[in-house]
Formats: sequence, C-alpha cells, structure tokens
Amino acid sequence: MTSAETATGAQSLVRALEELGVDVVFGIPGGAILPAYDPLFDSERVRHLLVRHEQGAGHAATGYAQATGRVGVCMATSGPGATNLVTPIADAYMDSVPIVAITGQVPSGAIGTDAFQEADICGITMPITKHNFLVQDAAEIPRVLAEAFHLAATGRPGPVLVDIAKDALQTTTTFTWPVQMQLPGYRPFTRPHGKQVREAARLIVDAKKPVLYVGGGVLKARAAGELRVLAELIGAPVVTTLMARGAFPDSHHQHLGMPGMHGAVAAVTALQKADLIIAIGTRFDDRVTGKLSTFAPNAAVIHADIDPAEISKNKIADVPIVGDARDVLTELTGAVQAEIAEGRKPDYSSWWRQCEDWRRRYPLGWEPESDGSLAPQHVISRLGAIAGPEAIYVAGVGQHQMWASQFISYEHPHTWINSGGLGTMGFAVPAAMGAKVGCPDKLVWAIDGDGCFQMTNQELTTCAIEGIPIKVAVINNGSLGMVRQWQTLFYGSRYSNTDLKRDRPTYLPDFVKLADAMGCVGLRCESQSDVDATIEKAMSVTDAPVVVDFVVGKDAMVWPMVAAGTSNDDIKVARDTAPDFDYEMGEVTQ
Amino acid sequence: MSSRHTLSVLVENKPGVLARVASLFSRRGFNIDSLAVGPTEHPEVSRMTIVVNVDELPLEQVTKQLNKLVNVIKIVELDPDQSVQRELLLVKVKADLTTRSSVLETVQLFRAKVVDVAPDAVTIEATGNADKLDALLRVLEPFGIKELVQSGMVAVSRGSRSITERNTLRPVERTA
Repeated sequence: MTSAETATGAQSLVRALEELGVDVVFGIPGGAILPAYDPLFDSERVRHLLVRHEQGAGHAATGYAQATGRVGVCMATSGPGATNLVTPIADAYMDSVPIVAITGQVPSGAIGTDAFQEADICGITMPITKHNFLVQDAAEIPRVLAEAFHLAATGRPGPVLVDIAKDALQTTTTFTWPVQMQLPGYRPFTRPHGKQVREAARLIVDAKKPVLYVGGGVLKARAAGELRVLAELIGAPVVTTLMARGAFPDSHHQHLGMPGMHGAVAAVTALQKADLIIAIGTRFDDRVTGKLSTFAPNAAVIHADIDPAEISKNKIADVPIVGDARDVLTELTGAVQAEIAEGRKPDYSSWWRQCEDWRRRYPLGWEPESDGSLAPQHVISRLGAIAGPEAIYVAGVGQHQMWASQFISYEHPHTWINSGGLGTMGFAVPAAMGAKVGCPDKLVWAIDGDGCFQMTNQELTTCAIEGIPIKVAVINNGSLGMVRQWQTLFYGSRYSNTDLKRDRPTYLPDFVKLADAMGCVGLRCESQSDVDATIEKAMSVTDAPVVVDFVVGKDAMVWPMVAAGTSNDDIKVARDTAPDFDYEMGEVTQ
Repeated sequence: MSSRHTLSVLVENKPGVLARVASLFSRRGFNIDSLAVGPTEHPEVSRMTIVVNVDELPLEQVTKQLNKLVNVIKIVELDPDQSVQRELLLVKVKADLTTRSSVLETVQLFRAKVVDVAPDAVTIEATGNADKLDALLRVLEPFGIKELVQSGMVAVSRGSRSITERNTLRPVERTA
C-alpha cells in the first residue's frame, strides 16, 4: 500500500530513513543540514548520536556496517562538515563498506557562488563513492534515499553520498512510500555463470597444489558458512586476507593464516608455490601479491568477484566468475560434488605435507624485548585469549593492527574490523563505537596505537555520554611504530619525526588522565606480570568506556615481512632472515 | 601494442555525468583522444562517443570501470569497418584576391563548404573521418591557417540495428 502525506523535505528525509529501517545516524548538525535535525529530534525510530568530529561519524557508520551487515548512516552539514567525511568515505570505498552519508548543501540558489560553508562535496567525493546525488528538489528526497541505500548495499557494496540543498529540506512536498527507483544503468551481476563454475570445478579436482584465497567479499556476502562447506569438501589450504580474518576459523586445520606483506610464511608461500589459486571476493591487492610479476608464477587462477572490473585487473584470471560470493561458493560446491560423484576426487596429500612443513617450521611468534620492556605482541595475544572469540576486535592502522590480525584467533565472521585498503590511522575508536552501537550485546575491544589514538580519541566522550561502553587497548610505544619500523629497516635507523615522546620521561598526553577527563575508566599496565589482571579489570567495568594504556617497548617489529615492491619469494621471518626453502624442498619431496 | 578504439556510451541525461566519465578516465590513468556528447532520439539518454588509445587489456578495464558508473546505461565498441565515423572541422584560412580561387578549388575538391568570407580570409566547414580532414588541412596549410576548431568524433554503426534497441533503455524499476 502506498502512503502519501504532506511533509517538508526534511520530514520526508526522516520518514524515508524510518522506512528504510535505519535505527541510528551518527552526525553533527550545522547550518545547511539544520532543517533535517528538527524532525530528527522527534523521530522515535531513528536515534541520532552526536559525535565530536564528522570523521568519527563516518568511521562509526563503517564500524556499524561491518559489525552488522546493515547500511551505516552518517550525517553532516555543508562545507567543512562534509569535507570532514571525506576520509571515512574514502576508507569505506576502499573496503567496500555500505554506508550512506547525508550532507546538507547551501540553498540551491547559492550553489556555485562560493557561499558560506559551500563545498562541492559531490565533485570532491566523485572518485571515492560508489555513487553520489545532489538533491535540489524536495520531491526527489524519498526516491534518492531509497536508491542510495539500494546502491550502497547491493552488488559490490560501497559508500553513497546524498547532498541535499537546504531549500529542498525546507520546501513542503508530498512524502510517498514506497517509491519507484530509477536506476536504468545499475544492474549488478550476482548469479555466476554455470559454465565458468563447472570449469572451475574441473580445475579444482585436477589441481595438485591449490589454495583458497579468501577476501573480504566472502564476509560482505555473509558466506562464511558456504566457504567452510566448500573448503572442507575439497580439503585445500585456506588463506584469509586482512579484510577476511574471521571468514574461516583460525583454529581450523586447513587454515594457513593471512597472506601478504605481514602474512604467515605458510600462507604466503603456499600462494607462491600453488598450481591453482581459487580467489573468492578478493582483489589481488599489492599488499597481498608483493611484486606482481613474481606472484604465484605457476598458478592457474580462478577469480570470483561480484565486481567484473576486479577480475583480471591485476592478475589475469584463467577462469573468471562474476557473482556474489555466496552464490559462487554454493554453486562451486555443487559442481565439485558432481566431479567427485564421477570419480574425480582431488588428492592434495603431498601438497599438504609441504604446507604442514612450512606451518610447523615458521609459526608466527615474537622475541622478547631486548630492554625487558613489555612486548606488544604479548599484550595483544593475551587480550585475544581473555576476551575470547565472541568479542569484536577493531584495530587502527600500523604495527598494532598487524599484531592484532596475527595474534588473536578469529573464529567467527564479523569479529575483526579494520581499515584495510585506505589504511586510515584513527579508525579504531570511532569504528568500535559504531560496532558497539550495532551490536550492543557484544564485547567490543578497540586495539589502537598511541599515534592513531591521538587522532580520534574524542569520540570516547561520545561513548561516555551516550552509554557506549567500548574498551580501548592503547598499544603505547611512544612512536609511530610502523613508520619507525620502516626507518629501522630502510632508512638507516634515522627516526625522523616518528618519536611521539621526544625525550620526555613520561608520555604526553597521560592517557589515563585523558580517559578520566573524557568520562572513561583509565588503566595503565607496564609489565608483563600485570597484563592479565589489567585486562580482567577492564573487562569487569560494564558501565563506562575503558582505556588501558599498555606501555610497551618501542623496538618490536612486525614479522614476517615482504618489503614493499619486492617479491613474496623474498619474505623475511626476522631481520635479514629468510626461510630456508631449499632445505625443506630437499626434505619433503613430491 | 596500443590502438584506437571508438566507444559509444549511452548515459543518463543528467547533470554531472560528463564529469563522472572524464574523472574516471583521469583517475584510472586512461587518455581520451576525443570525446563528443549530445542528445539521442530518447530525451532521457545522451550519447558519448569516446576515442581511446589503449591496448586490449586496459580497454577491458576502461569499459568495466565505465560500466560501474551508475549513470552509464550501455557501452558498445564500434568496429571502424562496420561504422560511419565523422568529425566536424571549422577552419579560417588566409585568402586574398590572389589566393582565393585556389582555396575555393580545394574546398570543392574536398566537398567542403565556405561558411564565411572576409576580404583577406575564408572560413571553411568540412566533415569527414579523421583521414579526410587531415588531408584537407595539409592542402590548406600553405595558404596560412589563422584559426582552427575541430569537434570530437561521432560514430554510428552501419545497417539497420540501433544500439538503443533491445530493451536496454527501459528503466529498471524496483520498489524499495
């Protein structure tokens, strides 16, 4: 039944958000968007969370979307409000996160006049949104909102921006729902081509050394269950990228870990030596392939992705499959079953002996800090063990992010949230806030670096005021750790502008006092013997956000590492230490 | 080896679509040789003719990325042998009493038109494919070219079939 009611553009916007099932909007009001905030004040279905910086609103929408699978929504005013959303929009674009950003724009008559707080946010975000809209007619608001949500959530998900001129919000119009979308050029493919799927199944049963290379698309498609069925059917090794951690249980014996620049030796090497790569919902990012021309030289490639433009963009696919990861996995399972039924069962036993050997000889690990200080890897490892696999972990960007991807065991999908493609420092606190809002019954731990934390920690005030009890582990090494690591390795240990402490005996700011000032519980831990107790204490606080300042050594490095621009064959397990592949190739022959 | 490809791109006739297409080419590092845009027989649809100079593989990327633009409805690559390709040229050539008749002879030879005459110059309009227009310009050059303006290429396939047929233009309407 279609309902029509007289409404202002602003009321129409809020009604559309209600009809679209939006339960929360993260935002900050301002002049141009102000008309929208008046009816929003009265909405009983849409909760608005007043953040402290628009960037926080954007990352919160992303955290919400990544944790729940629903579209995250953020709102800002024109000009600086909108431009402050640029980083989270770019972040969501790189990681294919469904968010809708709603911005106010100066009145339509003033557009193009360099009016106060005018910025061409549609022009600015054109290359970092899946699509964007400028609305100057109040009557279009419900349809455009419906289209924006549809575009954000379907096909390859991504951010969509809706910029609404102030006068369109103020004009009286008719709100009608449901609406007819008008997207003649938008036809995402989701159903894979049967012939391609059968060809893929044939390659799989014929392969001797296959690897399932799983990307974030599997999580976007909510296809972890389907992945497990296929993986167990064929029995091939599985690697999960940074965006796919949790898509396949870390404890599963077929899981070799994460590939890429800081991936596990077994995962990186299995891809390098594979004769078949079954890539699902992943994009052969340079952080995974290393030097592209030397990546997996002997592998045939099955590449399934919902975005046709990803297929053969970097690595040429022998069997391209355009489709939704869940449909692809389901149909591929059926096709492999048909092959097996005809007596063509794959045998990967000698391949597994080789993979097991890499896994056994090059497990992830770390050395104690030479100066006796607290090892950051120990903190993160214990945090994962104590908070457990049901918790959601949200990382910033840098060393702590890599350690969190390595030393926490992810058993469930959507329990690991991070900024993968854009590498946005400052992501963790606001994204954790969004995840907690979306999953209030889940324990949410942000794992942040002290550099990242100083970019966006003001959202802890939002968390305290709005009752969003996230926990933040600040891995505080007093420096921009990952940059410092590169300076150690590639710039002769010249630490240009990476020291956040600069010879001071104590850290500035004092994160415990800062936490207290923002209405959070602040704790500090400086020695290994206190780690467990401090984490337990943080876990016991349920009525306020908690910040734990883990003061750790600054010399720890992330290993293994494939240096940027080099081949995955040149992976190092520690400084100047490469795995001894010759030795093992002699030991384990095929 | 790179080569020229002519893409006919049907797009929604909405503000900002040209900017989206141009921005995509620039962001992905593809060079446009020529671009022409105008209305079609359907008022809600515009047609762009884009000439790109790329290899096969980047061409595939160009079309895939273009297809991802929500306002792009359809892309067809036109085979040069199976299509008619035209550019428009307006050129102002020096022509006084001593050279005017030679210039006019050239105009006749190329089946071009004189659209304006001044005591010391004529303005010539010519249409054709790139080769013909290049040849015309080579002949006119010795007279002295004062000003030159050229359109992007437009092209249409030969035969009776139309790229706007086959239901591709019917809006896909869904209910939220």
